[in-house]
Amino acid sequence: MTDSNQSNGHSSVRERIEQGLARRHRKEKIFRGLGIASIAFGILVVALLFTDIISKGAGAFRQTAIELQITYDPAVLGIDKVDHESLTWANFTGVIRESLRARFPEVSGRSDKRELYSMVSSGAPFTLRDRLEANPELLGKTEQVWLAADDDVDTFVKSLDDSKEGFRGRTSEMMAGWIQQLLKSGELKRRFNTAFFTNGDSREPEQAGIRAALVGSLLTLLVTLVLSFPIGVAAAIYLEEYAPKNRWTDLIEVNINNLAAVPSIVFGLLGLAIFINFFELPRSAPLVGGLVLTLMTLPTIIISSRAALKAVPPSIREAAMGMGASRMQVVFHHVLPLAMPGMLTGAIIGMAQALGETAPLLMIGMVAFIVDVPGGVTDPATVLPVQIFLWADSPERAFVERTSAAIMVLLSFLIVMNASAVWLRKKLERRW
Amino acid sequence: MQTSTLFALLLLLVLVAYGTGFSRAVAAARGRGGLRNLAALPSYYGLHTALWCGLPALLLLGGWLLFDDAIIRALVMNSLPDKPDTVAGQNLLYAQIQNLAAGHLLGDASPQVQAAAEHFSTLQQRGSVLQAALTLILAIGLGAIAVLRFSPQLRAREKVESVLKAVLITCACAAIFTTVGILLSVLFESLRFFHEVPITEFLFGLQWSPQMAMRADQVGSSGAFGAVPLFTGTLMVSAIAMFVAVPVGLMSAIYLAEYASARVRNLAKPVIEILAGVPTVVYGFFAALTVAPFIRETAAAVGLHASSESALAAGLVMGIMIIPFVSSLSDDVINAVPQSLRDGALGLGSTKSETVRKVVIPAALPGIVGGVLLAVSRAIGETMIVVMAAGMAANLTANPLESVTTVTVQIVTLLVGDQEFDSPKTLAAFALGLMLFLSTLVLNFIALHVVKKYREQYD
Repeated sequence: MTDSNQSNGHSSVRERIEQGLARRHRKEKIFRGLGIASIAFGILVVALLFTDIISKGAGAFRQTAIELQITYDPAVLGIDKVDHESLTWANFTGVIRESLRARFPEVSGRSDKRELYSMVSSGAPFTLRDRLEANPELLGKTEQVWLAADDDVDTFVKSLDDSKEGFRGRTSEMMAGWIQQLLKSGELKRRFNTAFFTNGDSREPEQAGIRAALVGSLLTLLVTLVLSFPIGVAAAIYLEEYAPKNRWTDLIEVNINNLAAVPSIVFGLLGLAIFINFFELPRSAPLVGGLVLTLMTLPTIIISSRAALKAVPPSIREAAMGMGASRMQVVFHHVLPLAMPGMLTGAIIGMAQALGETAPLLMIGMVAFIVDVPGGVTDPATVLPVQIFLWADSPERAFVERTSAAIMVLLSFLIVMNASAVWLRKKLERRW
Repeated sequence: MQTSTLFALLLLLVLVAYGTGFSRAVAAARGRGGLRNLAALPSYYGLHTALWCGLPALLLLGGWLLFDDAIIRALVMNSLPDKPDTVAGQNLLYAQIQNLAAGHLLGDASPQVQAAAEHFSTLQQRGSVLQAALTLILAIGLGAIAVLRFSPQLRAREKVESVLKAVLITCACAAIFTTVGILLSVLFESLRFFHEVPITEFLFGLQWSPQMAMRADQVGSSGAFGAVPLFTGTLMVSAIAMFVAVPVGLMSAIYLAEYASARVRNLAKPVIEILAGVPTVVYGFFAALTVAPFIRETAAAVGLHASSESALAAGLVMGIMIIPFVSSLSDDVINAVPQSLRDGALGLGSTKSETVRKVVIPAALPGIVGGVLLAVSRAIGETMIVVMAAGMAANLTANPLESVTTVTVQIVTLLVGDQEFDSPKTLAAFALGLMLFLSTLVLNFIALHVVKKYREQYD
């Protein structure tokens, strides 16, 4: 009796459980699927971001150039000797036009000719000037020169890769014909874009380069590193090794944690109000940029340096104390060298953060249009992320390519920095 | 004398002082039969003299460099018999004087200004001579005193260490100086702003058009400072971002912590963390040139109109940026939940997902909520993505396909470019900055509080 009862009850419970089990396992699968989907989404986004940037920017490392037969005719140039003074006023544009007319003798009419002239970059005369200044014996002679093509030509030539028609936004049918003709004869080619690495900013995409921004970034980072690393390490040493537990220390800790979460743009406001308006430091200078970024990266460096100090076991301190070292000697002779790898890792990560930062630098005027490479920390300068921001705003299609290329350069710097931080941690950090 | 030469000279003096202190200590030790008869090692005597020589001189030089421009300006401006009333006019005049003194002003200058320029250059010359002289005298004098007052009983190490400790404390206080600096700079300008625009209008006004009229009859330049559209825009973009970041970040943290094998974890975690290292300007570019056109086309395909700069594009990309932030914070707290809780739940027969949902997540909830609040404060303060992808128009709208503007975007637009420091337009940026600072401060405070108060102690 009890047996049948039990088996009856058993089967009904078991049935219910089994019904429920199917549902629960389904839920389990869905839950797990959601987890996998989230991970996949994250990885997909990373892949998408990188392929998007690389596919947009890879073209910028090559720039279309036109081979022209240039005659350095003194009559056209309007000079009789080669020196710096006369070259400044020499008519190199005329020489280029002469050569274009010689290449396309059939072109007549004012607007057609203007169209023809616009194929060559407006920076080409300066290329020729530099060439002639370097080789004065060329005056009166003829040579084949590769000159940068205008950005519209460049865009059109590059778009031919994707479709037969090409993107003809600002290229007329006539010009497209010339381009095809030159392409066939090999007088129009894509060559490595050295200008991108050697020039400063320019309104003309084919002359715009990242050198000025790169040097500006370097100077800014230098100021940041020189200030934030010693101050951050000193602060960490005090808080970790000396500070008594009292209200004042608590206040400092709360402040550090809060500053780590303050939006970066607020640091820009601080820089504008205090460094520029109150102390009247120069605008757009890497010095001010470095100061602002120092304040911004300090919490990162302090927090990581404290972690590094904490990781040094107390036995080291006790042993040194036991040998009669003073507290300062314990810290500076024993604890600090052992904590250094961890601190350096933190500093590199802080610097990477500073290198990618844009918003606070906009506030202190580093958005100015700057062509010259800055020579010192008080010269006006811009930095790589701001340069990217400025180019991203430019309407020319050729700037999209250059923006992406600049992003590639920035990202490769960041990857190198982060990878070296990881390497340093693996290589030097000791497990106790 | 150039400041850099002065620095170099000072450095040289410090080195000489170190050497003198060191050798005096060694000589004294030799006379007394060994180093152990000194109160400190010779290097501490060297450092002691070097500090006396270098530190006061350096402080003097620093102070001088900070304030000499302001002092010279005050002296020059006071020497002028009649000067403009407005600050802008005075600035202009002073710039003219400076240019004239530097010798590159074209055009004619009144004799008065010329006299001022001469006064300026003599002051500047005298100032730099005085600066160099005072610095060097101070360095040499104090260094010499330290050398003369040397005695083998001098406890040099203690003195050097107390100076070093003071330096350490000063560095530790940098965080407080920064906070005070932020508060002062934002607060003062905001108070000036609220003098001109009532605070109620700023907080509750529905109209934002900060262009001030240059002429009385100008159209559309009323200068309205109602910040509600900015607040709603910020909230909408942040909400979209959290809508993306929280589920994805949380689920990937759960999967990585509870399901994934060690290999998958070691592979997937760094890849997702790459997203945290990408600069925001890159996300902005991605949002503006890839995501926004995609959204516009998709919306057009289903018959909706999306503007080319939309809250949705900015919010989506911002959410992507925040994913690793949410996931790594949640990962930490999920890992902190003790294994025994999981084992208990599994032993009672619950499936893995039930364990996670009913045991692990509730246990980790305070930490997760804290992390999400920190993520919200980050979304509110994010600048570049919204500047590049959300637009400038202050629309009061609930449609994510329209362009909105945020607090940070307006700060950037108001402060980039030419600005005069007493127009409400510029000051408004600081008032917005104050709002931003306060709201992130409150969010951080709540986040820390939640974590502290509701954390369950297991160990």
